[in-house]
Amino acid sequence: MEMIPTRNAYGEALLALGEKNPNVVVLEADISKSTRTCYFAKRFPDRFFNAGVAEQNEMAVAAGFAACGKIPFVSTYAVFATMRACEQVRTFICYPRLNVKIGVSHGGLTAGNDGVTHQGTEDIGIMSTLPNMTVIMPADAVATKKLVKAAAKYDGPVYLRFTRNPVPVIYKKDVHLEIGKSFTIRQGSDVTIIALGDMVSKALEASCILAEEGISAQVIDMHTVKPIDKEAIVRAAHETKAIVTVEDHNILNGLGSRVAEVVAEEITVPFKRVGIKNTFGESGEYEKLLEKYGLGTKHIVEAAKSLL
Amino acid sequence: AYQLRCEIIKMIYRARSGHPGGSLSIAEIMTVLYFHVLRLDPKNPNWLERDRFILSKGHACPAWYACLAMRGFFDMEVLNHLRKIDSPLQGHPDMRKTRGVDMTTGSLGHGLSIGAGMAQASKLDNKDYYVFVLLGDGEVNEGIVWEAAMYAKKYEIDNLIAILDYNRLQLDGCTDVVMPLEPLVAKWESFGWNVLEIDGHNVRQILDAIQEIKNHKGEPSIIIAHTVKGKGVSFMENDPDWHGKPPDDDQYQQAMKELKERAYGNDSHS
Repeated sequence: MEMIPTRNAYGEALLALGEKNPNVVVLEADISKSTRTCYFAKRFPDRFFNAGVAEQNEMAVAAGFAACGKIPFVSTYAVFATMRACEQVRTFICYPRLNVKIGVSHGGLTAGNDGVTHQGTEDIGIMSTLPNMTVIMPADAVATKKLVKAAAKYDGPVYLRFTRNPVPVIYKKDVHLEIGKSFTIRQGSDVTIIALGDMVSKALEASCILAEEGISAQVIDMHTVKPIDKEAIVRAAHETKAIVTVEDHNILNGLGSRVAEVVAEEITVPFKRVGIKNTFGESGEYEKLLEKYGLGTKHIVEAAKSLL
Repeated sequence: AYQLRCEIIKMIYRARSGHPGGSLSIAEIMTVLYFHVLRLDPKNPNWLERDRFILSKGHACPAWYACLAMRGFFDMEVLNHLRKIDSPLQGHPDMRKTRGVDMTTGSLGHGLSIGAGMAQASKLDNKDYYVFVLLGDGEVNEGIVWEAAMYAKKYEIDNLIAILDYNRLQLDGCTDVVMPLEPLVAKWESFGWNVLEIDGHNVRQILDAIQEIKNHKGEPSIIIAHTVKGKGVSFMENDPDWHGKPPDDDQYQQAMKELKERAYGNDSHS
């Protein structure tokens, strides 16, 4: 299976947007080689602005661009965009509902060896709590290109989270993805696994293992955490006997929490969350970190079986 | 400027909350901008060619709201509803609620960064509008101000005009004590800015400084405007206690008496 970091696909998607729409500008905070905004920088130097290691200013400048009709994409790592520049995002982008897109790399444990300072594992919770914000994490390179394009068309703030590490390409090129509409990748009748970002491919692996044991698992890619696809969750609860959520994020306030809210308010169903258990990560190889912090395929399988 | 000051005190008195000191200190600057400098159309507040104005020291918005009403962006009657529920006049400026407000502010330190983005958008679109940012002195304690200073220099944003209301008082006291700013002119110069120093209550000097800046290409510019906090009301002048509290009934009468004499009586200052 082809493996591509979604940050690479983001860089390519920006390039394509730049060709099509002269209003797209890109802001960077000295890590363009890593976030892959360097592709855009090379082709469109007049529309690329490097703010240096100063994310708060980067974010506020973007608000100014948006207020004057531009479509700024702001890039840095998840942890810096959402925590170093959190108030700039809240008060100057979300509150006035300005058309700023925040595209970040190093989502979750994909930051790997860099360790805790560079692993954004609380970012989705922080962004989801902000009014007017849309929160997205694509599962692979194909989904990244589709959803970045959709975000550019959407009028309002969007947070897009990408992986540093390569993740399997699971979608065909002609797949149709919409903001706010989840995508059911695999049908099943016993249990539904609702997954986010890099965990979607792990959920698919888990569904294969479960199938060998005679358990039919449905897999939903909930690429948009906010607004969450409530209908799909309710439907899944009706169609299968249990729901498991999986995310490369703190188990608090991420995908699992959002789904839990729907489950609690709309439909009672056996439910379990797989995520980082309210702790920080550490340096290490991405795959090994997933195993250590309870995000491996076997953890998803165990969670599903425990509910049936 | 003194008519503006009358409106400011009336608003804050009626709202029973607000920031008189820093609103009074910018009265001449705001008057010059809104009645002489800014290219704008009150009938079309979203006119794309308009000059942009950002009140980075958002707490001084009574001065801004009064200017907007006096220029006809909305009815003078609206000024009676400052800080009240369902009012378009929020405690700090909200671009989605108030006609003529180009940017939401209130959390200090952000105007210069946002203004830089707006000014760059002006250049990218081959437009000729200017972006004016009015900063407080206390807010330049914020690190982001200096991030913006470096950024504006790097990109030679010469259609960005900053004005710093240097009244030397912030909420907790004198700027020299709370967080010393001096040497302030040297600081901005060392960041590569074109710096002008003026008396911020002198209309002629404000006008001349802005004109000089418009002819200065290739660098961002800042006007350090020396002002008096609470200017125009004898008992509010130079007293940090008037940063963020409204006058009581007696104080209101006294303030209005003093301001009206200057505004409608024997006035030569503005």
